This record gives sequence, structure tokens and C-alpha cells, in this order.
Amino acid sequence: MIVVNDIYKSFGDTEVLKGISTTFEVGKTSLIIGQSGAGKTVFLKSLLGLHTPEKGTIVYNGKVNTEMTIEDKREFRQELGMVFQGSALFDSQTVEENVMFPLKMFTKKPFAEMLERVNFVLKRVNLENSNKKFPAELSGGMQKRVAIARAIVMNPKYLFCDEPNSGLDPSTSILIDNLIKEITEEYQITTVINTHDMNSVMEIGDKIVFLKDGLKAWEGSSKEIFKTNNQDVVDFVYSSNLFKKVREAYLNEN
Amino acid sequence: MNYIEHIGKYFIMLKEVFKKPQRARVFREALFKEIEELGIKSLGIIAFISFFIGGVIALQTALNLESPFIPKSLIGFAAKRSVILEFAPTFCSIILAGKVGSYITSSIGTMRVTEQIDALEIMGINSLNYLVLPKILATIFFYPFLVILGMFLGIFGGWVAGVLSGLFSGADFIIGVQTDFNPFLITYALIKTVVFAFLIATVPSYQGYYVKGGSLEVGKASTQSVVWTTVTIVIANYFLTQMLLT
Repeated sequence: MIVVNDIYKSFGDTEVLKGISTTFEVGKTSLIIGQSGAGKTVFLKSLLGLHTPEKGTIVYNGKVNTEMTIEDKREFRQELGMVFQGSALFDSQTVEENVMFPLKMFTKKPFAEMLERVNFVLKRVNLENSNKKFPAELSGGMQKRVAIARAIVMNPKYLFCDEPNSGLDPSTSILIDNLIKEITEEYQITTVINTHDMNSVMEIGDKIVFLKDGLKAWEGSSKEIFKTNNQDVVDFVYSSNLFKKVREAYLNEN
Repeated sequence: MNYIEHIGKYFIMLKEVFKKPQRARVFREALFKEIEELGIKSLGIIAFISFFIGGVIALQTALNLESPFIPKSLIGFAAKRSVILEFAPTFCSIILAGKVGSYITSSIGTMRVTEQIDALEIMGINSLNYLVLPKILATIFFYPFLVILGMFLGIFGGWVAGVLSGLFSGADFIIGVQTDFNPFLITYALIKTVVFAFLIATVPSYQGYYVKGGSLEVGKASTQSVVWTTVTIVIANYFLTQMLLT
């Protein structure tokens, strides 16, 4: 579980996060949404420990970020899994080497045991028979699956995803969304996703945090987002005619 | 950012680089990979250039010695001195700064702009230590061998040039090479090589690691890294020569 208490972050004179508080639960998929420039990336990077907020705290299962030393943070990061927007796979390494990398770095397991674990997670993300391929030989969706496999190979407590669907076709997006949701529930991970994809918001958002101008403007579940009267959320989420009609239909039915 | 800031940031980078590697087996693998990439793959260019430059040095020396009172063995002596003192350590290092420096900057810079370095940091890995330390050790340990090879091939090239052109005899050249041999000159050349190897590994790493932007900026950083590595090699060469030979 991650508890965010009133965090502020500025770059020079620009205040990007202006006091955000929220909670991300274990085994739930939480989504951060908002317009470009709302502070989503800075918020996610703050959760990852790549930015240090000037004010406020982030508590990870009782561990307070402000009380951690650099070494504590390095150790703590081994509990994190991250799926980057561009996958960020090591392009000079094969799929197998990419996924095995955290195991080599942080465990003393023999090679056979590591390989067994790698094959297990690759199977879990439906990517068998690609062990010896390089990232450049894979499609965008396959690269994302490798990134997810690498993120979960160490059994992380927290999984962060930055726009996991960007650049993917709709059917692959749904596959990736469902995979993240299944893994989150199966392994009881606290998952936080930064997204612009409204399908993800509707489909997998156990909790949605809407940011506007560095502030939390709204939070709730994917069901609540249909009913909300918050005009900022309505304008953002239901900006397309299709989603407007979906919302109208939902409200008429309920 | 001014030069003082860059220098400060460079030394802060070195502080992070010189930490104990997190996992010995991963470090060992990275080290052998870098020896192959930065060292073994440079063997061909160093051998080729050394051989021909050695030949050119010998031919030019021969063509400029017209007086019958100057012994022909002086050609071998001059070629040996030029190759050992300057050509092999300095010229080869500048060639390596171009070849290896641009490779280091573009590979680390690409990792930066494609978030691969962020991925390492998020995993809890000291990315500077993981990426740069194997490069430093690979260049420091391997480049002296490259330079010694350059010395041998440079002198051999001079001998071949003489024999093929008929400007001097092979025997005269060998007498010149054997005349007044001072082993300290080899030590001097190798000390310079180690310092240059360190610069070849670290200056391009700095340029690549702190690159911001996209592929265009990575390209610009690669060019910058070759320029700055060459500049630092030339400056270091001057001070090392003054310290060690005067």
C-alpha cells in the first residue's frame, strides 16, 4: 500500500505538484489521469523516488520516503517494477537476458534456477519461444510484454506503468490492460498506471486519480466516473462523442 | 552551463563510478564485453594505421636527410623515437578517441534517451558504476597492449618502407632502432597511454550520460565527446611530457 501525504514539487519557479494526497491499495489497479502538463509524470516519478518532493511524504508499507538513505532507496527499488512508455528494454540484450537481468543483479541463484523463473514469467505474459530474440525484432505489444515480464520477475510489491498502451493497436491495448490487472490481483501488487487511454480507465481502473494543474481534482472508481458531476472530469474523460454516448447509455440504464 | 560546472559534474560522476560493483559476476561479464568492444575491435585500425604511419615517418626522415655525413641508421633511430614517444601513445589514443569515444557516447546517450538508464536506476542499480567502470578498466588494461602493438608495427612499417623503396637498407634501419635504447621511454609512453585511456573512457561517458533530448542530441554529443576527448588528451600530453621528461 502506498500513502501519499500532501506532496509538493517544483522546478525553478514552476510549481508542478501543489499538495496531492491519496492512497493506492494492494491488489488494486490505480490509474492516474489528466491533461498533458497536469503533473502526472512528475507525480509518478515522485512515487518511484526519481523526484524528491519538497514537502509531504510518501509511505510505502510503513516506510517513509523522507527517512530513507540512498542505500535504503536502492534496496527499496528492488521491490519496484516499472513498465516504461517506450518499454526501455536493453537493446543489446536478448529477451531472456533482459528479463534475467534483475535476477542476476540481485540474487545469487544458479543460472538454471534463474532461467526457470524467466521462462515462467515469459509464459505468464504469453511470450514463449522468443527468448533469444532482441527487442528490435519484436512488435510494440511484444516489447511491452517483455517489459512487464522484467518488471515482475523479482516478485515486486509495487508495479508502476507509464502509458503502457501508447503506440499499441486497440486489441493489443486490451491484452496489455488485462494482463496488468490479472498480475496485480494474482500476485497482490500495488499497481499505479499513468495513462491517457480512456478504455483502460473504463476497463481496469479500481481507482482513478484525476489531476488538474498539479492538484488532485477527483478520485473514484471506474463505475463512479460514469456518475460523477465533476465538470473537469466529465470534460476530460467524455471529450469524444463515443464516450459521451456510452456515459449517457450507462446513466439511463442505472 | 559553463566549463567549471561541467568539470565539477564530471568529478561528481567519477565519485559515483568508483564504487564497489553491486554484483561481481555481472561486472565480470560487462568487463569482458567492453574489452571486446573497446579493445579487441580496435586492433585492426590500430595495426593498419601504425604500419603505414611508421612507413611514412621512415620515408620522410630518409628524404630529409640528404647530407652524406649523416649515417643512414639515423632514419631507424628517428623513426623509433617518433613512434615510441608520440605516434603510438598519442596518435593512437586520438584515433581511439574518435572510434571508441563516439561509440561510448552514442551507446550511453541512446540508453539515456530511451529510458534504459532510468530503468537501471529504478531497479536500484548504480547506473554510472554499472555502465562506466567496466569501460574504464577495459581501456586502462587493454590500451597499453594496443599501443605496444602500435610501436612494433610502426617500426616494422618503417623497415618495410625502407626495404621496398630502396632509400635505406633494412640493416641500417635495424642498427638505428637498436642504438641508444632507453627503456624509460617505453614506461613514459605507457604512463601516457593509461592516462589517455582513462580520458577516452570517461569523457565520452560523461557526454553520453548527461545528454538531454533525442537522437539528434545524441549525435551532437558524440561529436562533442570526440572534440573534448581529443582536447583533454592533447593537454594531458603536454603536462605529462613536461612532468616525465624534463
